[in-house]
Amino acid sequence: MSDGPADPPLLAAERVTRTLPEGVTLVADISLRFARGEFVAITGPSGSGKSSLLYLLGLLDRPTEGRILLEGRDTAELDAEELAALRLARLGFVFQFHFLLPEFSSLDNVLIPIRRLGRLDAAAARAQAMRLLGALGLDAAATKLPEQLSGGMRQRVAIARALANDPALILADEPTGNLDTKNAAAVFDIFERLVREEGRTVIVVTHDPDLARRCSRRVHLVDGRVVSDGPASG
Amino acid sequence: MRLLLDLARGMLARRRRQTLVSVFGVALGVAFFIAIAALMRGFQTYFISQIIDVAPHITIKDEMRDPPPQAAALAHPEGAVAIAGVRPQDRVRGIRAAGDKLAMLEAMEGVAAAPVLTGQALLRYGSRDVSVTIVGIDPVRHARVSNIQKDMTHGRIEDLRATANGLIIGEALAQRLGVGLGDTIAAVSPRGVTLSMKVVGLFRTGIQTLDQQQGYALLKVNQVLQDRSNVVNQIQLRLRDVTRAEPLAREIEARFGDRTESWEEQNKNFLTVFVIQNAVMYSVTGAILLVAAFGIYNIISTVVYEKTRDIAILKSLGFTERDIQMLFLVQGIVAGLLGAVLGCVLGAVMIEGLAQVRFGVEAPSGSDRFILARDWRVYLLASGFAVLAAGIAAVIPARRASRLDPVQVVRGAA
Repeated sequence: MSDGPADPPLLAAERVTRTLPEGVTLVADISLRFARGEFVAITGPSGSGKSSLLYLLGLLDRPTEGRILLEGRDTAELDAEELAALRLARLGFVFQFHFLLPEFSSLDNVLIPIRRLGRLDAAAARAQAMRLLGALGLDAAATKLPEQLSGGMRQRVAIARALANDPALILADEPTGNLDTKNAAAVFDIFERLVREEGRTVIVVTHDPDLARRCSRRVHLVDGRVVSDGPASG
Repeated sequence: MRLLLDLARGMLARRRRQTLVSVFGVALGVAFFIAIAALMRGFQTYFISQIIDVAPHITIKDEMRDPPPQAAALAHPEGAVAIAGVRPQDRVRGIRAAGDKLAMLEAMEGVAAAPVLTGQALLRYGSRDVSVTIVGIDPVRHARVSNIQKDMTHGRIEDLRATANGLIIGEALAQRLGVGLGDTIAAVSPRGVTLSMKVVGLFRTGIQTLDQQQGYALLKVNQVLQDRSNVVNQIQLRLRDVTRAEPLAREIEARFGDRTESWEEQNKNFLTVFVIQNAVMYSVTGAILLVAAFGIYNIISTVVYEKTRDIAILKSLGFTERDIQMLFLVQGIVAGLLGAVLGCVLGAVMIEGLAQVRFGVEAPSGSDRFILARDWRVYLLASGFAVLAAGIAAVIPARRASRLDPVQVVRGAA
């Protein structure tokens, strides 16, 4: 599933720098390429710019210098609405906190991005959401509100929501930060399966070295700069 | 849009109590607006319909709107010497060529016209004297321009012809004089002419000034009483379409030169009072709705504050700024709509409640209850205003929500 030599990478950062208006540089001069089917861990100490890099790669933030290319397309040329449309159709986010809407059931939460994209009719959208919840072992939780679920289940619902529109790229920011070891391992099992069986690209920010080792590649940041980029097991 | 509505519904339902308070605030505003409008408009509509019913729609008078210019001023309009204190030329009062003008007016489509001579007289019965206005009429023509026949409680307008020096007076006037049908009273005009007149009819319009101070006699009889042979000092017109009164009055005045007043001009004072009344009513009820709108602003602001994380996740999922703005705007409008619907029901109930109130005293309208106007347009206006106010109230927090930076929020939550 990885890109051929002539194909553009799924995602590329070219000399990306992000500096806040106050002058603080979050990430500096970062160039990275992510192929289809890669499972990448972004690691580094606190304040090293891991999450900032992830938000830039996920088109939630814009670099002050350099550019982000998604499937060969320069995202700097896109306006806010076009970026939103790309996020909706091509990207899936998982955060440390599940961010499920508390008023809605698990099923409804998963349905939100599907309905927003509007490609499926009501029955097909529901079937898609149920399939995703079922694949993550959440059939019984479909009608439950987030407050009725355990932490691990909520995070799995959040992953199902990230997968709702069948994105090529999953971006996860400390997705296991609020979970115990068992649930954290279960989340990484899901990510592995998504990469291995479905050929998706997963980029995950983590400061847990054990979990990082389960990825195929590890990008290590210090002070907003890439200090190493290679196989995670190394 | 369906998705935004579902999300809005979910968010509002989560804050059921706050939402209900806001909705109830809007509902009260709408209900009071509807009830007060029903009261005010009921009275005003009754009053105006009485005016239109009782008074002619257009009155041509034997006077000019502006005094005729003096000959000297006409001869030297740019003269260096100003002329002042010149007595106006004496002329016989009355509409000139009234017969010709009457014929021209009667030839117009949808216009009925009647000649009238009005004049003061003192009615004397025993030791009682009452000063009144005697209206000299042509009964056949006058029946076409006024509702006097409808307002008559005793006798008929044609009885003026059947009886020598017949007089029709208001019931209240008859009571003041202590006379009844068939009684003969003395009428004395300012010119000193005295006639013995027989009461052949009584009327009641509901307007005290008319019922207490007006009488009708044959035109010829009043011309004798006022010592003004063949003089007509008014031509009264009734129109099929009352809304044409003002433009037609202007047209007639331009054509004949005689001062011509529409019913609107004659009752300008009352109509101005009504405009002021309405302005006060709309201001007060508007203020209630404004307070309700603040309630909506408050709840939407609270929701935006509480839903910061949800807004961030929705944006990360691909919702645009416009989507987020719509989401909260919809919540304001939904609250406004719910309030409007509830307010319309409450307003209708309040109107029916007011309709049950009895004063125990008979009002001029012949009823001892409020005169209420039930107009669906008021419901529409109140609802529209409520939804608009709610929408405007929601705009500011909705814009704030749409501008939230998801990165900042996610960082803060992490």
